[in-house]
Amino acid sequence: MGIAIASGAYALSFGAIATTSGLSLLQTVCLSLLMFTGASQFALVGVIGSGGSVWAGAATAALLGSRNALYGVRLSTLLKVSGLRRLAAAHFVIDETTAMAIARDGESESRYAFWVTGVLLFAFWNLGTFIGALATSAIPDPKVLGLDAAPPAAYLALLAPRLRAREPLAIALAAGLVALIVLPFVPAGIPLLIVAALVSMYGLFGKSR
Amino acid sequence: MMWTGLLVASAACYALKLAGLSLPARWLQDLRIQRTVPLLPIALLAALVATQTFSVGQHLTIDARAAALAVAVIAVILRAPFLVVIVVAAATAALLRLF
Repeated sequence: MGIAIASGAYALSFGAIATTSGLSLLQTVCLSLLMFTGASQFALVGVIGSGGSVWAGAATAALLGSRNALYGVRLSTLLKVSGLRRLAAAHFVIDETTAMAIARDGESESRYAFWVTGVLLFAFWNLGTFIGALATSAIPDPKVLGLDAAPPAAYLALLAPRLRAREPLAIALAAGLVALIVLPFVPAGIPLLIVAALVSMYGLFGKSR
Repeated sequence: MMWTGLLVASAACYALKLAGLSLPARWLQDLRIQRTVPLLPIALLAALVATQTFSVGQHLTIDARAAALAVAVIAVILRAPFLVVIVVAAATAALLRLF
């Protein structure tokens, strides 16, 4: 339950950032309903908000969503879902549900944790998005409230738990630097795709550690 | 255009989730894939932090957002909750612009 309320608070900021990035209330709400994976949603609206094309944003969102495929692999042996239940379960395959499911001993406890976390998060995530979007769509100049400083803080908060070792920290610093170096020379949003290509090459072809 | 992009992005994210549940596990258990995929969010989120703090359009710049980021870094180190990190960052930028 705590995790669901935390996600509602997090969704408030998503709703606020999405509408100040230029999405309509309906687009913001639909994104939370249909995409339902936080980091991808934040990245998509961030790229649009900084003047990038929706396609650069979509590509970034999909790249960030790739980790959910790996979560799916871990969950498939626990959940044992097929048919329509699999189609429904897939929508809930995200960081939080995976963490809750694999933290349980026993398959039935895992399954229960997955579905309860998924349904509660989905409810709070969409409620929070709606309230955040509604509240900020009434604000004429978001810069006065410092809302343009909110997206980097949101990315940082999403990033921080992944930086608990030296290698990820080095990768994060290098990625930020490379993005800034190429930024003046390519359209908005493209620095992210360059960074994604470079880190993929590093992961796929670099020496194993 | 915007709607199409949002729907395609949502469909792609859903397809990735479904792929993990549906594809034979060994396809995605390749060591290089297991190593590379977790690096993507780290690199992309870091690049997002950098570009959205230090640029306006295609120009590099330092403004109130840099100070906001510094405050956010402190908040994150102190393990502040998500919403607190956002609010202190936004408040820092707003206050700096008042003076």
